[in-house]
Amino acid sequence: MKTLVLYAHPRQQHSNVNAAMSKAAQSVDGVSFVDLYARYPRQNIDIDYEQKQLLEHDAVVFQFPLMWYSTPSLLKEWQDLVLEYSFAYGEGGDSLSGKLWINAVTVGAPESAYGSKSHNKYSLAEFLSPLKATANLCHMPYLAPYTLFSSLNLAGSETMKDHAYGYKTMLEALCADKFDIKASQKPDLLFAADIPALINEASS
Amino acid sequence: MSGFLFQAFIYLIAAVIAVPIAKRLGLGSVLGYLIAGIVIGPLLGIVGSETMSIQHFAEFGVVMMLFLVGLELEPRALWAMRHRLLGLGGLQVFGTIAAVTAVGMLFGLGWTVALAVGLVLSLSSTAIVLQTFNEKGLMKSDGGQAGFSVLLFQDIAVIPMLALLPLLALPELLNIISGAASGSSHDAELSLVAGLAGWQVALVTTGAVAAVVGGGHYLSRPLFRFIAGSQLREMFIATALLLVIGIALLMTLVGLSPALGTFLAGVVLANSEYRHELESNIEPFKGLLLGLFFITVGAGINFAILFGDFAMIIGLSIGLIALKAFIFWCLAVMFKLKGADKWLFTLGLAQAGEFGFVLLSFAVKSSVIPVDLSQTLLLVVAISMLLTPLLFIFFDNFILPRMDQGQQRKTDEIDTKGAIIIAGAGRFGQVVNRMLRSNGFETVVLDHSAETIDHMTLFGVKAFFGDPSRPDLLHAAGINDAEMLVIAIDDQDRALEMVKHVRMDHPNLHIVVRAYGRNDVYDFYAAGANDIIRETFDSAVRAGRSALESLGVHPHEAEKISRAFVKSDQDMLRQMAGVHDPDLPSSQNPEYVALAKEVMQQQEEAMQGSRARQSGSQDRAWLPPETANKILSKEIEE
Repeated sequence: MKTLVLYAHPRQQHSNVNAAMSKAAQSVDGVSFVDLYARYPRQNIDIDYEQKQLLEHDAVVFQFPLMWYSTPSLLKEWQDLVLEYSFAYGEGGDSLSGKLWINAVTVGAPESAYGSKSHNKYSLAEFLSPLKATANLCHMPYLAPYTLFSSLNLAGSETMKDHAYGYKTMLEALCADKFDIKASQKPDLLFAADIPALINEASS
Repeated sequence: MSGFLFQAFIYLIAAVIAVPIAKRLGLGSVLGYLIAGIVIGPLLGIVGSETMSIQHFAEFGVVMMLFLVGLELEPRALWAMRHRLLGLGGLQVFGTIAAVTAVGMLFGLGWTVALAVGLVLSLSSTAIVLQTFNEKGLMKSDGGQAGFSVLLFQDIAVIPMLALLPLLALPELLNIISGAASGSSHDAELSLVAGLAGWQVALVTTGAVAAVVGGGHYLSRPLFRFIAGSQLREMFIATALLLVIGIALLMTLVGLSPALGTFLAGVVLANSEYRHELESNIEPFKGLLLGLFFITVGAGINFAILFGDFAMIIGLSIGLIALKAFIFWCLAVMFKLKGADKWLFTLGLAQAGEFGFVLLSFAVKSSVIPVDLSQTLLLVVAISMLLTPLLFIFFDNFILPRMDQGQQRKTDEIDTKGAIIIAGAGRFGQVVNRMLRSNGFETVVLDHSAETIDHMTLFGVKAFFGDPSRPDLLHAAGINDAEMLVIAIDDQDRALEMVKHVRMDHPNLHIVVRAYGRNDVYDFYAAGANDIIRETFDSAVRAGRSALESLGVHPHEAEKISRAFVKSDQDMLRQMAGVHDPDLPSSQNPEYVALAKEVMQQQEEAMQGSRARQSGSQDRAWLPPETANKILSKEIEE
């Protein structure tokens, strides 16, 4: 399964976890890694090029830090422009049908800040529901987001290394068609610790 | 010599005094010239019989005016108005001839004399009407266009009328003056067609017209390019005059109307890239000659005859205007002119015209009209012309205010189709032009290099030759109706002059100007330009950004840095503008140097990222909360 990673982070020199994740992703054979802020520093997204690239892959991973409960603005712009009517949805819009939609999100706040009784009032999965609905409209199977809470100030920590390693393992399994898609759609969120159980050795 | 200087002095001073006063009083320039003529002629008696010969010379202004009218009218536009030209013009001329002839016969004139008088009085004054239409901006209105069609038809109709008049000769008059007239009138005239058979005349005439059209189409471009190569403005003026005079001469030689010939040449050149240059060169000559013409009309009024039979002559003049106005009114109704346009058409053309003088003197020479009758008619024609400006004043003050607003607004919309003038079609101006045109904006491109114009024309871009820093060329290119002026010429001093004089006349015009360096920006700003673009600044910033990217800075970071740089540089420019002294080079201005040092210091610190509070710095963007906290606390410690 050819896997595309679309990475969106507007302030990369202040990033630790996402930097480690990016490095890990780039080391996987069969992954096409794109730094969207580097490709489009002036927001001048090339719609045709992005669509063509989507057609060449079977799974799309959106890697980003959560910003105001949502994606960084360039990634929203990317959705607005690239997921066109008649291409991604609507009449004749089945070009993305069957491709996987996977979020890989890092969250600054701890897990306890999310959920109905928390001060944020909603769960992370609920905050990400617009992305899930978008995937649904594009007929793209939506996997539980690969998530890291408390992601700030983790430079050099074990947590960061584990998260990057889990990310790498997940991408390798996707590329090798060994990732259990069905099982990874069930939970609300996926964590590094969940990844080994989702590797399906039998299918290879 | 002194006699000539004295005459020129008298005519000029009369015009210089009377015309501005007349304009200030809202009477229009034509009436001003006419009054000036009356004052120096019959009233003070400074000029006398020589006015008639000057008038013939000044009639050339009409020829030039038709050339200019032709320049404004592309062949396609002329073809589109053919129905009006023939319908309106034809009906007016024949209708007026018939009516005047009938009235003349009622007054007891013989039918030949009455018909000749009809021919003379059927024509209106192209000079007065077009001059007034242009002055008041009525040329493009419906009424103005209809009026123009009629005038054009009349100018063409003069030719067959001149051919027809001798056939109406009265045998008894012929006997009296045949001895005197035949000696002087014919041998003086040069002609290419004299003594040729009918088919030969037709051939020569057709050939002459073909020469004007073909020459205008194929020879004008290389000729103008050659002249433009000399870089001498007066050579271009000489060429433009040569062109008009040459065509007029050719037309006279083959027995056609010179006005018609130059009009044709104008139409042929309407598509030329040298059109605005021609226009701005001929325009002042036309204006002066027409002015001279109107002065001679005023000066030529014979007070003795006028006061000898005052009531009759005034009565005839008013009667003539009423009769012609009635026919125009009928035509306006027939051709469905509405509201103000109908009245403009009715009142504007109701006078007799300068071609009437020509026909009259020809009719007397050809023994068609007796001399005493021609004296009276001369006065009637002149007085009807004299009354025309009053009719326009009546139109302005009584008709226009009464017309419903909707009608007026409709014509306004068509008139104010503001174009964008791009001065300078080098690498800079061309990019601006392409961007505007590809988005549906009308542009008029001017450049002083014939080579550049040729090159652009080759690629299908419409551009005109001429030095855009000259006010008269900008005027010809339509700066009065323009929405925007883009100045993209190399010479910064001239660009500055342009901004200054354009801003003075057009306080609301949007001016975009290309500047070289900082000092130019200050100057342009002080002169009132709206958008001042430093020509190398944007590309230098992009080069810096590319360099940063190549040095390993993340592209998005490099973009933020360059945006911050642009902003801080603009802030700096704004601060420095306050201490800029246009009379002092900035390196010799201590205040400027001191502030420049200070601002540059600030800028460097901001760029290094040590001061997050500096507004516009890229440093505040997308900071994770704890990092922001750290930077903030460091700030507080400082």
